[in-house]
Amino acid sequence: MHPAYSVIFFTTASGAGYGLLFWLSLAHLLGLLPGDGWTGFTTIAVALVLITMGLLSSTLHLGRPERAIRAFSQWRSSWLSREGVAAVATYVPSGLLALFWLTGTESIWTPVLALLSAAGAVVTVYCTGMIYASLRTIRQWNLPLVPLIYLVLSAASGALLFALFMALFGYGSVWIGVVALLATLAAGGLKIAYFAEIDGNPGRYTAAMALGLGKDGIRQLDPPHTRPNFVMREMGYSVARKHAQKLRRLALLCLCALPVLFTVAALLTPLSTTFYLLAVLSAALGLVTERWLFFAEAEHVSMLYYGAARA
Amino acid sequence: MGVQPDIELSRPVGDTLRKTTCYMCACRCGIDVHLKDGKVRYIEGNRDHPVNKGVLCGKGSAGIMQHYSPARLRAPLKRVGPRGSGQFKEISWDEALDTAADWLGQIRRTDPKRLAFFTGRDQSQSLTGLWAMQFGTPNFAAHGGFCSVNMAAGGLYTFGGAFWEFGDPDWELTKYFMLFGVAEDHASNPIKIGIGKLKERGAKIVSVNPVRTGYNAVADEWVGIRPGTDGLFVGALIYELFRTEQIDLDYLVRYTNAPWLVVQDEGATQGLFARDEAGNPMVWDKRTGAFGNGRAAEIQPALTGSYTLPDGRTVRPVFELMAERYLSVDYSPETVAERTGVPADQMRRIAAELAHVAFREEIVLDRPWTDWAGRRHDKMIGRPISMHAMRGISAHSNGFQTCRMIHILQILLGSIDCPGGFRYKPPYPKQTPPNLLPHGAAGDIKPEMPLGGPHLGFPHGPEHLLLTDEGGPSRLDKGFSWDAPMSAHGLMHMVINNAAKKDPYGIDVLFMYMANMAWNSSMNVPGTLDALTAKDENGEYKIPRIIYSDAYYSETVPFADLILPDTTYLERWDCISLLDRPISEPDLVADSIRHPVVEPDRDVRGFQEVLIDLGHRIRLPAFTNEDGSPKYPGGYPDYMVNHQRKPGIGPLAGWRGEDGSASAVGAPNPDQLQRYLDNGSFFGLPIAPEHSYFRHANRGYLDWGIEKGIRMSADPTIFQLYSEPLQKFRLAALGHGPKQPPDTHRKRIVDHFDPLPFWYPPFEEQMVEGFPLHAITQRPMHMYHSWGSQNAWLRQITAANRLYIHTSVGQGIGIEDDDWVWLTSHLGRVRCQVRLMDGVNPHTVWTWNAIGKRRGAWGLDDDAPESNEGFLLNHLISELLPKGGGGYRYSNSDPITGQAAWFDLRVKIEKADGTGTEPLFEPLGNDSQPPAPEKLAYGAKFRDRT
Amino acid sequence: MTSLPNSTERKLGLVIDLDICVGCHACVTSCKEWNTGGYSAPLSDHDPYGADPSGAWLNRVHSFEVTDGDWSRTVHFPRSCLHCEEPACVTVCPTGASYKRVEDGIVLVNPDTCIGCKLCSWACPYGAREYDYDHGVMKKCTLCVDRIYNETIPEEDRIPACVRACPTGARAFGDLGDPDSDVSQSVEERGGFNLLEEFGYKPVNKYLPPRKPVEPLPQAAEEAPANTGSRLEKLFAWADRALSR
Ligand SMILES: Nc1nc2c(c(=O)[nH]1)N[C@H]1C(S)=C(S)[C@@H](COP(=O)(O)OP(=O)(O)OC[C@H]3O[C@@H](n4cnc5c(=O)[nH]c(N)nc54)[C@H](O)[C@@H]3O)O[C@H]1N2
Ligand SMILES: Nc1nc2c(c(=O)[nH]1)N[C@H]1C(S)=C(S)[C@@H](COP(=O)(O)OP(=O)(O)OC[C@H]3O[C@@H](n4cnc5c(=O)[nH]c(N)nc54)[C@H](O)[C@@H]3O)O[C@H]1N2
Ligand code: SF4
Ligand code: SF4
Ligand code: SF4
Ligand code: SF4
Ligand code: SF4
Ligand SMILES: [Mo]
Repeated sequence: MHPAYSVIFFTTASGAGYGLLFWLSLAHLLGLLPGDGWTGFTTIAVALVLITMGLLSSTLHLGRPERAIRAFSQWRSSWLSREGVAAVATYVPSGLLALFWLTGTESIWTPVLALLSAAGAVVTVYCTGMIYASLRTIRQWNLPLVPLIYLVLSAASGALLFALFMALFGYGSVWIGVVALLATLAAGGLKIAYFAEIDGNPGRYTAAMALGLGKDGIRQLDPPHTRPNFVMREMGYSVARKHAQKLRRLALLCLCALPVLFTVAALLTPLSTTFYLLAVLSAALGLVTERWLFFAEAEHVSMLYYGAARA
Repeated sequence: MGVQPDIELSRPVGDTLRKTTCYMCACRCGIDVHLKDGKVRYIEGNRDHPVNKGVLCGKGSAGIMQHYSPARLRAPLKRVGPRGSGQFKEISWDEALDTAADWLGQIRRTDPKRLAFFTGRDQSQSLTGLWAMQFGTPNFAAHGGFCSVNMAAGGLYTFGGAFWEFGDPDWELTKYFMLFGVAEDHASNPIKIGIGKLKERGAKIVSVNPVRTGYNAVADEWVGIRPGTDGLFVGALIYELFRTEQIDLDYLVRYTNAPWLVVQDEGATQGLFARDEAGNPMVWDKRTGAFGNGRAAEIQPALTGSYTLPDGRTVRPVFELMAERYLSVDYSPETVAERTGVPADQMRRIAAELAHVAFREEIVLDRPWTDWAGRRHDKMIGRPISMHAMRGISAHSNGFQTCRMIHILQILLGSIDCPGGFRYKPPYPKQTPPNLLPHGAAGDIKPEMPLGGPHLGFPHGPEHLLLTDEGGPSRLDKGFSWDAPMSAHGLMHMVINNAAKKDPYGIDVLFMYMANMAWNSSMNVPGTLDALTAKDENGEYKIPRIIYSDAYYSETVPFADLILPDTTYLERWDCISLLDRPISEPDLVADSIRHPVVEPDRDVRGFQEVLIDLGHRIRLPAFTNEDGSPKYPGGYPDYMVNHQRKPGIGPLAGWRGEDGSASAVGAPNPDQLQRYLDNGSFFGLPIAPEHSYFRHANRGYLDWGIEKGIRMSADPTIFQLYSEPLQKFRLAALGHGPKQPPDTHRKRIVDHFDPLPFWYPPFEEQMVEGFPLHAITQRPMHMYHSWGSQNAWLRQITAANRLYIHTSVGQGIGIEDDDWVWLTSHLGRVRCQVRLMDGVNPHTVWTWNAIGKRRGAWGLDDDAPESNEGFLLNHLISELLPKGGGGYRYSNSDPITGQAAWFDLRVKIEKADGTGTEPLFEPLGNDSQPPAPEKLAYGAKFRDRT
Repeated sequence: MTSLPNSTERKLGLVIDLDICVGCHACVTSCKEWNTGGYSAPLSDHDPYGADPSGAWLNRVHSFEVTDGDWSRTVHFPRSCLHCEEPACVTVCPTGASYKRVEDGIVLVNPDTCIGCKLCSWACPYGAREYDYDHGVMKKCTLCVDRIYNETIPEEDRIPACVRACPTGARAFGDLGDPDSDVSQSVEERGGFNLLEEFGYKPVNKYLPPRKPVEPLPQAAEEAPANTGSRLEKLFAWADRALSR
């Protein structure tokens, strides 16, 4: 699948934003959020900006952005629509929460808003994951692991961000670091499991099934057109195996190994802000790489008509 | 849940419907052109049309993009830079026509042969031919010489018809169809419709073709023959039929010259038919036990035996000679298996299948008819075997004889013009050979005088050659000379090179129409480009002036000095005439017209219009009244209606007579074109059911044909298994008769002008060594030669061509799909990209024809795949054969007809370093053309979408 | 809207006969020509005269060499939307622009509401949806919905443009939900099949397989029982009989 930068940016940025929103809300709910409203507001604002930038980028990616509003209508069947609805819905409690914190208003409602925000974040990210996981046309996506990965990656990136911001405001605490550490480790573990899973599955569908013919051999003689068409550009993107392996290692390194190291260092040294910053930057690079690979390694069944043997 | 949107289901297609004739290829289907707001909205097939019956091919359906191509020429152009630079100045039509008239008028007043007028893919040869005849130059032909003359001549000399476009398989009734060397052919839609019908009925289709694509892919049996060896394959089938005694002897006796007696004794009559005093061929009549008239009805002619004429000469029937030839071991399946690549068993089985279907599955129609001798038959008996062949046979230097051999196979099976067999399309059959002789011998060419008759014809012997007093060629292309005595369509492929070499002589003006001779229709493109730009010692072009009419900015345009821009096919009047290449179907005499369905938005004119105007400007009698005024002031439509070739016979056969009630023959009808328009732009005259078969010998049809002006003779057409004209040339080469070939040519003529078809290896493979592979081309169904690439839709389908090679060849040199190779012939080399396949003869490589384009042409960007990856095999095909024994270089053509031998090409292949095609010619300048758009959203306006 | 109808009144679709298709691309260009001015107009083309020409097409023809056991053939393979009965291309659509019509099962994109998110094209295993970069919306085979019910055109022409054009008759249009329809009958007789049956979208369009070669007719006849002589002598003896004109 073609790794569109807008989509990579959208899923990584808003994923991190929702992760941050999740941990922030959870901390507030559990009464663990240190500091004053200003801390809460700044952090939630960062989360919302990340989310919004991501959503905007995905909207601009549309062929007809001016009609984007229509995308909320089909939540009954469409995970994309559900994602949109969940994203917009999440703005309500999180926005209110931000407002309360900004104005310094104390309210018995903030825990409820936090709960809803946290839930909204989970649901939205889950929907994002399900957009991909529900597509049976792409075996690398059509896996239960995929929404889990979206959730855990979102949680890990959010946790690192949360840890960074708390440290910035001088409220670094161990539990946050531990959460980030665990989430990052989980992310790494899941990705390793994911790579193993997709490598172990050669694809259920063959060119012979696609054509209904040629069980003992199929050779593409002439494609229907000389130059790539939309389907080939969009679904036919593929990355060389060797290249992919390198990128996988880079992704795991940046997404998991380095952040874990930096987080441990943050926990164990006084330079926690610096180390969390390094962890976040590293994770960002790792995430983008991971997401790029998520697309580039995905093989679409329709390529069986364009010379692929299995998918 | 929302509701489904309401959609407009009954939106009218357009606001205007015009019915005309497609011309994205020579198939000439009827089309319904829907217009909306003056733009073409949609083109579909005309359901009533006899050719396509409503369907449309891939090209025809992309007509919108052809019509709106950015490569369309916009105004007359005068060259201002050097040839090939593409530097032009737009001029007015008056200036253009005056210039042309000035150049042409001078020639006509002095030496008409210094004009060479050659036309390519046009369908108005009856007009262009008349014009050239009136001009008085012998140098006229259309493109048939490089296209299909082997098929036309092979058929016409044998049975008065031909595969090509002169006949069709009996699609409705045939049970066994053999297709030789066809990828697409002129009958593009009819063949497809026909194949669909055969498939539906479960008739068997056998394809004989080195490549398994297209029609050959859907065949029930694919015979992946080695190119150039069909003569052996067919010979083996004939061998088997003789061996197993499965031949329609009655048919042979009735319709062919099988019983005619051939003189055996050496001398001036050797190999000629024994003739009686009246000139009739003689047979041995078993009934009377004496010699009889071979044309008589009431005879029982012997097919075997040896007889002595009263003057002592020995004679034997054709049948015996034929049997001796084909039952010889040379044609046994075992002998030919290796060379053809077809297993002997397969050949034996196919022969057995043919015989089985012909003789055990015969068709009997309860349809009475009367034969040529007036005898009534109450049934029509059919041998439901049909065959079709085209360029896979034609484009070899042994094509004429191979084509004849296929016809012999058909005739032995009794399958010509019978139910289920091959069917003539009117005006065929003609006599064998047709009573149409070529004109243009040196003595015939006089200043300001028309030629004595039409240029092209069918020599019956050396006496009909077009020679100079010294015996050299009278025509620039050496047609009808000893180089190519029976070149019924001329040799357009030799014109440019001969003119530049002044061999046989130089010319002043080369006038061409609708042929991309600077590219895909020339052999040896680099050499041709040199010839077009070659200068003499005075710095003058060796071909001093070139006038060219094209509709688009093709590769040839930049080489002309004066461009007469034509319209597109939707913008002009055209006439697809019975005098030329009509659209008849077996049961219908038919012709058609084109008319302007949209007005040109450029300063362009229909070429026919221009030719008539020019004809008057230089005062050609056919286009000028006594008082000097134009004969056809209304231009081409005026000509179409009012020109008469003979009294009552004009370009159009429909609605003649003052009131439009006459068909085929009748006075001009001023209302004629309107009647065509009302009928969907075509006319069809059905043929009566009792005339539908055996037309070569069907009394009713023969008489009707004369009445309708489509036949010259009421005599039956007698199939010439043995072709005497060939023997006449051979006798001349053996030293008999007043007209003798030069000594250099004698052996070649003796060897090849065999009156009984035989197989010989194509010349190139006889003459070159070290080139182990055959290289051939195929037409893509969705592209017409060069002119499809300007079509924004068609070129998306194929914008570059690959070289297809057998997987074993790929393995042999260690290459895979998409690798680049050098393909080398004795002339040159090209670099091209390969694709491996299994469905190709292992000794053969092939590519799609005419996809490669030169940069700067066709409105394409310089980085178009057509120019940078696409390639032509033409760069490798020499127009001349290597020097033979006599030191003379013959053209790379069939020795009999002069048909260009494109598919004789031999090559070697090796892995290439680097990518991109080579040779890569300099881009042609094209400043006179508008830039092409960067995107298209055609049709948005029809729906008010942007 | 995006939810699929439980059932449709009819199942209109195409039946494509791979035994007959010669790969001529007539269905390809006639489809383009009709539809670029039709319901989902336009079907835009990019770089139409340049290095990388491409555009939106609703129907394309591939060619393959296929082998099954000792049978092998070149197969020309037209491919367009199969109007699946249970396609996710519809259910994934966030806007409802993609829908399956209740009355005839045609799967359509509403060009006026599609936002061009491309998700439906991801959900189609057949590569049958093509995005129009210029128009910004998804395009797909409409089964020529603006022809088949069009009262302004003659009744016999109320068939898809590709079917109307196909010169060999390799394409047929009809109601595959009606077991008595011609199309259902030919599917029944010829063993028509689904593409990627295993995928489970239940395509309505069917493909008819290439026919395997017909049984060869009788083997070469044995030489006529001969008395004596060479082949030629035997032939001459056989031909030496009374044959009247
Ligand atoms: N290697 C190889 N070469 C071959 C062949 C092959 O099989 N292999 N085939 C040969 C054969 S059989 C043929 S017939 C030739 C064909 O070759 P050409 O006769 O050269 O055919 P086209 O390339 O179609 O070029 C015809 C020209 O007509 C122009 N044209 C198109 N429409 C119009 C119109 O309406 N009016 C005017 N005035 N001009 C128009 C086009 O722009 C183009 O320049 O190629 C030959 N060359
Ligand atoms: N779409 C389209 N239609 C066209 C044209 C076009 O350019 N495009 N051109 C028109 C013109 S001008 C012409 S002349 C006709 C020609 O129409 P065709 O006769 O169909 O010509 P080609 O496409 O050259 O196909 C020649 C076939 O012969 C096969 N072949 C080559 N050598 C041999 C051999 O030695 N033996 C046998 N048995 N087969 C062999 C090739 O594989 C190929 O399949 O098509 C006309 N129709
Ligand atoms: S075969 Fe195609 S291009 Fe040729 S005339 Fe017919 S519709 Fe036009
Ligand atoms: S073929 Fe593809 S686009 Fe058409 S209905 Fe099926 S899944 Fe949807
Ligand atoms: S591209 Fe259009 S039709 Fe496809 S899913 Fe998106 S909105 Fe729906
Ligand atoms: S049914 Fe209509 S839209 Fe669909 S492929 Fe055929 S022509 Fe194209
Ligand atoms: S039009 Fe018919 S024969 Fe031609 S490619 Fe399409 S389905 Fe095949
Ligand atoms: Mo030709």
